[in-house]
Amino acid sequence: MKKLLSVLLSGILFGAGLASSGMTDTSKVIGFLDVFGEWDPDLLFVMGAAVLTTYIGFKFVLTAREEPLFGEVFSVPTRSDVDVKLVSGASLFGVGWGLYGYCPGPAFASIIYLSPMTVAFLLSMFVGMAIGEYLENRLANVATPG
Amino acid sequence: METTIWPIFGGALIGASAVILMLSIGKIAGISGIAWGALSRGVAPTDRFWRWWFLLGVVGGAYLLHFLTAKPIPLVIHAPSEALLAGLLVGIGVKLGNGCTSGHGVCGVSRFSGRSIVATIVFMGAAILTVGIR
Repeated sequence: MKKLLSVLLSGILFGAGLASSGMTDTSKVIGFLDVFGEWDPDLLFVMGAAVLTTYIGFKFVLTAREEPLFGEVFSVPTRSDVDVKLVSGASLFGVGWGLYGYCPGPAFASIIYLSPMTVAFLLSMFVGMAIGEYLENRLANVATPG
Repeated sequence: METTIWPIFGGALIGASAVILMLSIGKIAGISGIAWGALSRGVAPTDRFWRWWFLLGVVGGAYLLHFLTAKPIPLVIHAPSEALLAGLLVGIGVKLGNGCTSGHGVCGVSRFSGRSIVATIVFMGAAILTVGIR
């Protein structure tokens, strides 16, 4: 129970952070991405503050403890290779983000605004993830035939 | 001041969220991965339940923020076709790219992960170009 409550708390802070930062306001996000137009740099501070807090917090947690409070291991990614899949995926994601102004987190947080558009975005996003999964499997089969 | 205090406050909350998730269950707070795992059959059932709690928290946290601060609800400025197309691209992209703004942009960059730094530069660049071209 403590485990799920701390996960819930983490989610609440995440949603509150997104809503307060302006990340759930698509016109604000697009203004931030409009570097070559009427650039609104405010959201740089979101990234800055989030990265700084996470850097300090991760450093503290990962050096002070051997294992998480309610789990066995810290699941920190160890891959370091940059491949075509990573770059092409990030490119597609960026185009979608620029078109609408939602990345996945803000899209979830925006459910509370009760717009059918958000539901459409999220459903479409899950379809996209399933397509991505299918493509990943196809690519894996091509890479290792048989 | 008014315009930068909210982003800094929000960013710090997002960071605190990532730290709590790492401290409590040892997971990276990457929304796209958490959301996919909540529905995917490829994820063990024991690794699924917490994801729904997290997502529930995200929605509840946004509600609480607006309720407590009376911050106005953002207006939707888009057409349904844009929502569908953008959602699809975001979905395919985060799956192939193994992450989004939270997993790569916040958690990965904070750990100086090369993959995450590259991904963040690429998706920021692609998003900036997309807005610039339109």
